[in-house]
This record gives sequence, C-alpha cells and structure tokens, in this order.
Amino acid sequence: MNAQAPSLPAKRFDAVVIGASAGGVEALCTLLPRIAIGTRASFFIVLHLPRDRPSLLARIFQERCALPVREAQDKEPVAAGTVYVAPPDYHLLLDEGPRIALSTDEPVNFSRPAIDVLFESAADLYGDRLLGVVLTGGNQDGAAGLAAVAAAGGSLVVQHPGSAQVSVMPASALQRNPDSQVLSLEAIGRLLAGLGESTPT
Amino acid sequence: MGASDFDIELQLLVEAIYLKYHYDFRTYAKASLKRRMTTAMLRFGCRSLSQLQDRVMHDPTIFTPLLEYLTVQVSDMFRDPGYFAAMRHTVLPMLRTYPSLKIWVAGCSAGEEVYSLAILLREEGLLARTIIYATDINAKALQKAEAGVYALDRVAGFTANHHRSGARSSLSDYYTAAYGNAVFDKSLRKNVVFSDHSLATDSVFAEVQLVSCRNVLIYFDRALQDRSLGLFRDALCRKGFLGIGARESVRFSAHADAFDELVRDERIYQKRDGA
Repeated sequence: MNAQAPSLPAKRFDAVVIGASAGGVEALCTLLPRIAIGTRASFFIVLHLPRDRPSLLARIFQERCALPVREAQDKEPVAAGTVYVAPPDYHLLLDEGPRIALSTDEPVNFSRPAIDVLFESAADLYGDRLLGVVLTGGNQDGAAGLAAVAAAGGSLVVQHPGSAQVSVMPASALQRNPDSQVLSLEAIGRLLAGLGESTPT
Repeated sequence: MGASDFDIELQLLVEAIYLKYHYDFRTYAKASLKRRMTTAMLRFGCRSLSQLQDRVMHDPTIFTPLLEYLTVQVSDMFRDPGYFAAMRHTVLPMLRTYPSLKIWVAGCSAGEEVYSLAILLREEGLLARTIIYATDINAKALQKAEAGVYALDRVAGFTANHHRSGARSSLSDYYTAAYGNAVFDKSLRKNVVFSDHSLATDSVFAEVQLVSCRNVLIYFDRALQDRSLGLFRDALCRKGFLGIGARESVRFSAHADAFDELVRDERIYQKRDGA
C-alpha cells in the first residue's frame, strides 16, 4: 500500500531536496515531468557527476520539466516554482534569504557536490517545510543529510532500494533513517505531482 | 522561527574572534561558515560552539589552527582551464600593450592560482614585466604559497588542466620532483609579492590591470561581497579586468553596473568606463 498511496501529511513544502548518484539522471528524467506547472515549492538537486566537465544536466532536465530548471549560481535569490541543479565541482548550500550559496570546500563522502551538504543546510533553513528525497546511487551520501532533515522536522522519502538502479544509496539512507517513507519511483512521481495541488495548511 | 542555540553561539563566537583577534567573520556567508565551524568544533573535541569560544578566548595557541579551518581553500592549478584559455586569448593581448603589468590575486590561499598565472605569463612572454600581488588573510596558506610545493599526486591533474588551457610548454618545465612533492621553480615567484590582506577590513593598496579572485566571494555574505567588488573596482585601472569563479556573478551585487561582461562563460569582466 505504501507504494500505491503516498501518505505524507497534507502539508505544504516550501522546498524539496533530491539526491542521487548512479542511475540518477534516468530516475530524474522520470520524476521531473511529473511536477506540475504552478507548483510553488523550490526544488534543489544534487547529482554526483564526473568533475570538471561542463554540466548539461540543466538543459537535459529542462526538456522534461514544466518548471524552469537552472544551474545554481552563487548568491542567486531562490525563486518559488524553480528547479536548481548543483553545478559540477561545487557544493550547493542554501543561505538566509533564501539564496543559493556555493562552496569549494573539500568533498564530502568523496563527492562534490555532496547530498549531505545540501540536505543539512536546507534542513537548517526550511525546517519542517522541507521534503528530502534520496534516490538511486552507489555510495552512502545522503544518509546523514536525511537525518538532518528529520531532526529539523522535515519529511523523508527514500526510493525503494529494490526498485532503484543501484540500491546502496537508498539502502544506506533507510538504515540510518528507518522512519522514511519508502516509495517506488512511480509513487514518488505521484507525490511530486501532488505538490502542485493546493493543499490546506 | 527563532534563532537556534547553534546560531546564537555562532554569532557570539565570531564576535569574540573579532574583538580579540581582529579577524572579521561576521560578514561571511552563514551556510558555509556553519559547516566549517562544526568541523572545527569536532576536531578540537568541543561539544558546543560555546565550549570552543571558551578555548578561543583563553588559549591563544588554538586560534591559528582554527583560522586554518575557517579560511582554508582548496584549489587546483589551472582549475577551469577555459578561464586560463580566455586569459591567454582575450585578456593578455590587451594587457600586452602596457609597459609594465600589475595583477592582484585576491584570496590566493596556497598559491595554485598564482603559479598558474605566472606560468601563463611566462609562456606569453609577459612575466618579466609583471608584478603579482598575492594576498590572503591566512598566514599559513601564504607560507605555502610562497614555498610553491605541492603533493606530486596532484600534479597529474594540474598537468591535464594546464594542457587544456592551451599550454605552450610542459608543466614539468616548471617543477622538480622531490620526496613525493613537486617543487615549483622559484623564478616564477621572483616578481610575486605575498602579503597579508583582508577583503573584510583592509583597503586598496595599488592600481592594477587585472584582479583574479575566484571562489573566494562565495564564502562572503552580500555586504562583504559588495565591499570586495568595490575594492576591486577601485584598484582596477581604467578598463581593467576582473576574473571570478565559474559559478559566481557580479549580477547580484551592488556593483553590477561597474563591470561589463567580457568573456561571459568564464566570468571575466571589464571595468566600465567611468565606474
């Protein structure tokens, strides 16, 4: 039943943070078309990438998403109903405002951008108005970040490891955060689609 | 939502550091500062920032290593090769017309950018008539920059970057390998002045034709970013050049009008006439 009916409390999310690694481009190409025009939340995506290459992600994702998709730029004010993708070789954080904040601090979990870094700073800023989503991937990045989202009162969703292209990342996230909602990719898609409907607060 | 205990303790700690040591982190971007402070707190075995503050106040020996955690920058030589290619093909041909050149590398950290520029200038036959001011607030980083010694396992990456920047020479011409390190040729820094300078509290010290300050402003809040860009504008000669990090922009600052985009994708700007 879990995989059928996403049962998050009917509350409003100001922001959704999504982390993925191996298999992530495909998973996001499935999810992003589900986000409806008029959705107010801001979306932030960290996808592990080979360093040092110009990222085409924003362009690839834009073709599949009704909301504007941008590669995050430092100090850029965060707009509602916009999807921000972490640039290669920078950590993506959020600062008061809210504004985008980038850093070239050392890799975390061998990754820059790191999912944990994004999730922890978003949790700090958005508290219980944040939804954290961990998708397919081959390392443990995201597990600590989700824990920070939970500690700040946010909601957690983890892709069902069995349905993920690579199960290590969602499995690690679940091991650290057993209370997360475990959903198939399709169910996560329905959940994101539901964010576009006006929900009473 | 009110400020968390951590936020309160952070504010008190940076205030204490400012009053006691005159290093100003009050205008640093909060998100990264929090991460760095948390790392420092754990490394020093403290349970809270208040505890760290107590140590910082009463044990002066702890401040130097703390400053390391708060200001250390990791960069690679020729990071973003396209930036150096644009310098080579667009900026240096214009700088060549000056009889002597002054360049400011602001926030030079351990010097990777300084040596990259020096090698580029040597390749283009300009190094001998150039003075490079390399500044940072981190004294230890400046020492490293002055030494010009980097771990040999990083050099393969440096070499690949250098090559992609349109190199006219081999990086190995500029260093000797010794004990797992690459020791860069000291003739590269003959005209480099390494010096302590804070973008938060110090002012302009020279007129220069080029400022390179990459991935430094990302650690500053908007007010300090504005202050820094104001210093760069004031330091630059008429039509001088400014290079910043690949994902930084002057667009969100109060000085957006002072600079024109010259090479947009590489974030190289030119000071606007009259600015």
